Amino acid sequence: MKRIAAFLARRIVKSILVLFMIALFNFFLVRAAPGDPAEILAGQSGAADAEYIQKLRQDFGLDQPIPVQLMSYLKHIAVFDLGYSHRQQAPVATLILNQLPATLLLALTSFAFALLAGVALGIQAALRVGKWGDTVITTIAMLAYATPLFWVGLMLVLVFSVQLQWLPAFGYESVGTALTGFARVIDIARHLMLPAVTLGLFYMAVYTRLTRASMLEIRQLDFVKTARAKGLSERTVITRHVLRNALLPVITYAGIQAGHLIGGALLVETVFGWPGIGRLAFDALVQRDYSVLLGVFFMASIVVVVVNLITDILYTVADPRIELK
Amino acid sequence: MNNFFHAFRRHKGGIIGLVVLALVAVMALCAGWLFPDSPWDIVNAPYLPPLSDDALLGTDTLGRDIATGIAYGARVTLVLAIVSTAVSILVGITVGAVSGFYGGKVDQVIVGFIELFQTIPGFFLAVVLVAILTPTIGTVILAIALVSWPPLARLVRAEFMSMKHREFVQAAMLSGQSSTRIILTQILSNSLSPVIVSGPLMVASAILLESALSFLGLGDPNAMTWGYIIGASRSVLRDAWWMSVFPGVAILVTVLALNLVGEALNDALNPKLARKRTS
Repeated sequence: MKRIAAFLARRIVKSILVLFMIALFNFFLVRAAPGDPAEILAGQSGAADAEYIQKLRQDFGLDQPIPVQLMSYLKHIAVFDLGYSHRQQAPVATLILNQLPATLLLALTSFAFALLAGVALGIQAALRVGKWGDTVITTIAMLAYATPLFWVGLMLVLVFSVQLQWLPAFGYESVGTALTGFARVIDIARHLMLPAVTLGLFYMAVYTRLTRASMLEIRQLDFVKTARAKGLSERTVITRHVLRNALLPVITYAGIQAGHLIGGALLVETVFGWPGIGRLAFDALVQRDYSVLLGVFFMASIVVVVVNLITDILYTVADPRIELK
Repeated sequence: MNNFFHAFRRHKGGIIGLVVLALVAVMALCAGWLFPDSPWDIVNAPYLPPLSDDALLGTDTLGRDIATGIAYGARVTLVLAIVSTAVSILVGITVGAVSGFYGGKVDQVIVGFIELFQTIPGFFLAVVLVAILTPTIGTVILAIALVSWPPLARLVRAEFMSMKHREFVQAAMLSGQSSTRIILTQILSNSLSPVIVSGPLMVASAILLESALSFLGLGDPNAMTWGYIIGASRSVLRDAWWMSVFPGVAILVTVLALNLVGEALNDALNPKLARKRTS
């Protein structure tokens, strides 16, 4: 127990260090950019008035020397004060927290999709290795691996919304229907389907390959031969012995995937008009509202760091053989 | 070497990939000759569907030719992807070699940095970087290189750590060769095969990254790219599918070809692994 506590403490320190580095990066990026930092933060398109820019300068001490500015910036960040969006007339932190649940819903759904579909396809491919079923699955995985995320989204819209008209292509729920309860859940789920599949497709391919490769490897190990030799049915051998061990490398990838999911959400939410932080970042990009953009980047990093922390903990619980270092 | 070509030739996918890549490269090189007009010129009526007169793949919302855009886009996309991959290979090898060879404190700091870069959402980092430093060819290359070097550095580091204790390296150390010389002539030359295998895959992911940036409007405003064509016509997808479909196919085919070549290289350079995979 003590070991786990010490391990956790170290991990938390490390996570805070990562966030600190990102805050530093944001700070120096704005100062490395051509132009006045206050005007960059205010949005360069001329919407910000002189009075507001003056206020920004004071708030962030932009007329002070760089080290003083840095301290003031870090103090703001430490209490999650990410600045104020003049364009949207709201604090950046509030904007982000309002949009975050939609992104989490999207990311979790696509993670579940990627994992379930990927593992299922990987198992099927491994069981049919060398036959045409395997070829079909490996080809699908290869295509999913090589297709740009945003383009997959557009093509799915073209097929399932424009041609077949099965699923909605845009937004979080139907506008102007005032659905409640279960009907609303169904409505949101229908809107969620295409973005979640788009976002999950790449990792579905990753999981398919991983599961297939590790099933093929483990299938040849001695303990599997033993299981067969003692007369277990093929089904039991696969589920109890092969699959259980084949899934370990798959879990390792779950932590890495968090960063990709959040990055991909930026594209997917843009394509599907999904009201999450990715969409917020894109709007900020178009409007040059850079304090929002930097704020979303910081928030996205927090999410990734937290997810990594959770997978680390789960991992040590799931597999006690892993060293806590 | 003969062995290598033999092994590569056995891999049908790799051959197909090479042929496709050669075609894309020829298209990029001959863009000016095949399509004398600039890809930005309005040469036709807008919204012409594919197979119209003088517009094989149709025109976009302004009347620019899609086929011309794809041919010129191949130039920009390939050059950007290759240059940024070269930069990240250079950085990755240097960082990985130093880290793996010297070990100790240097290694700890470098590994810390690698982990930092692998934790933060890379695509977001690239977007923020390009947006704030304003989109130019230079910032796009910088952004792609910045998010692509860590996995390679990790690979090279592992390779150096295992090579460091091999006898021929120890012998070189005993004979008094300088560290730089040992790194360059003894270890690096013997650990290039993982780098060679990652090359095509890194170019592939650079193309995907570059297209995604251009799609969001973060490409160099003077460079016609595949991602830009898709991004610019995204809002008219319902009425004009061809503007998004064809450039996307170009990306898909190129990236797929690079992946196939990467796989064939891997099988040819690691014959043991390949045999294991097919058994």
